[in-house]
Amino acid sequence: MQEKPARRYDTRTTIFSPEGRLYQVEYAMEAISHAGTCLGILANDGILLAAEKRNTNKLLDEVFFSEKIYKLNEDVVCSVAGITSDANVLTNELRLIGQRYLLQYGETIPCEQLVSWLCDVKQAYTQYGGKRPFGVSILYMGWDRHYGYQLYQSDPSGNYGGWKATCIGNNSAAAVSSLKQEYKEGQMTLKDAMALAVKVMSKTLDMNKLSADKLELATLTRVDGKTKTRILPAKEVEALITEFEKQEAILEAAKKEKQKL
Amino acid sequence: MECLIGIQFNDFVLVAADMTNATSIMVMKNDEQKIHKLANKLVMAVSGESGDATQFSEYINKNLQLYKMRNGYELSPKAAANFTRRNLADYLRSRTPYFVNMLMAGYDDQTGPELYFIDYLASCVKVPYAAHGYGGFFSLTILDRYHKKNLSEEEAYILMKKCVREIHKRLIINLPNFKVQKISKNGVTELPPITVQSLAVEDAAKA
Repeated sequence: MQEKPARRYDTRTTIFSPEGRLYQVEYAMEAISHAGTCLGILANDGILLAAEKRNTNKLLDEVFFSEKIYKLNEDVVCSVAGITSDANVLTNELRLIGQRYLLQYGETIPCEQLVSWLCDVKQAYTQYGGKRPFGVSILYMGWDRHYGYQLYQSDPSGNYGGWKATCIGNNSAAAVSSLKQEYKEGQMTLKDAMALAVKVMSKTLDMNKLSADKLELATLTRVDGKTKTRILPAKEVEALITEFEKQEAILEAAKKEKQKL
Repeated sequence: MECLIGIQFNDFVLVAADMTNATSIMVMKNDEQKIHKLANKLVMAVSGESGDATQFSEYINKNLQLYKMRNGYELSPKAAANFTRRNLADYLRSRTPYFVNMLMAGYDDQTGPELYFIDYLASCVKVPYAAHGYGGFFSLTILDRYHKKNLSEEEAYILMKKCVREIHKRLIINLPNFKVQKISKNGVTELPPITVQSLAVEDAAKA
């Protein structure tokens, strides 16, 4: 029996379609575009990651302080968008890569090498038979002695790139375009970046009111020659949201004033 | 039998290595190069089983070059020393251990000059000055007495000569020539070798 032509090339990861596409990889990307949104912004004095929290069931035991922001080593933190179980496998692999490097060289792994090694694993799953790709995109924020603060993003295909600000997950295209508009090249402080993150997140997540239990924020800075990573407690996230709403209200009022005139 | 000396100062490191190649009781040559350049600002002085010394330093050297090609930057002296130690430790616990002693001297643009002492049992220590071999017994006492971090390059070279003089005077083994290199923020610089002749010329001039 003949299969329908369209389905012939998408059941196995390692087979190109006649148009030269790898359907399984594209489906993985599709899966991510429905996942919780994550964004990262690079500032002059640090970096931040923001992630949307989806599991906000009241009955959920809060054993995990953070849902999808993971510390990988002394100098790198990542946040993931996609299938959580796949992400756990990958974060475990990332930590292993970091520790292997530390064992060999006695220094923490430079950011790009960590990302690159993981992407080799991701790529392998799009080429070797019998497996499906990881349905996970990852944002990494880190610091190293060579290039300072860095922000990276990696795809299920094994592609990766460095960014000044970017976004993955649900509605990410819209978020990236508003980041592009509002990112001030070379003059962002971490404080500006936090305000921008809350602003873009509130636009991107389709809900009326942003709340602290829907948003996770983490920062990475250098203090006295050491990397300091911090997942913001709910109170500080709340404060940022209130500040954002205040600013919005002022803008709204100004707009109305203008219309009257 | 062989001798390596390394001294770290505020802005640079000096390394000296004897140039004698001997097997059993026979001296084969007196112009052997035991200091290998690993990177722009990193050298490794190696002594020990002569075949092992060549093989191992080549292996480390090529691996550091591979790292540079892959990543576009070099390993720091600390990471390079750690990498060397790790490899030596792994080989030590295999059926084919390397019998080599090393001094690794480098300049880190962020932390300054560094000197690492690594022996064949894969210990690795960061030190202000160090020596391998019998010559070390004599030169270390000199260094204990006269080493200061803030010596100028001329004074440092004079200190190194003092060490070699003592080896010539007290050590029963014949180590006439010492190759000397300086590692600073400007990279690796070859200094004039310290030899029996050069020291004799100096003495004659003084007399």
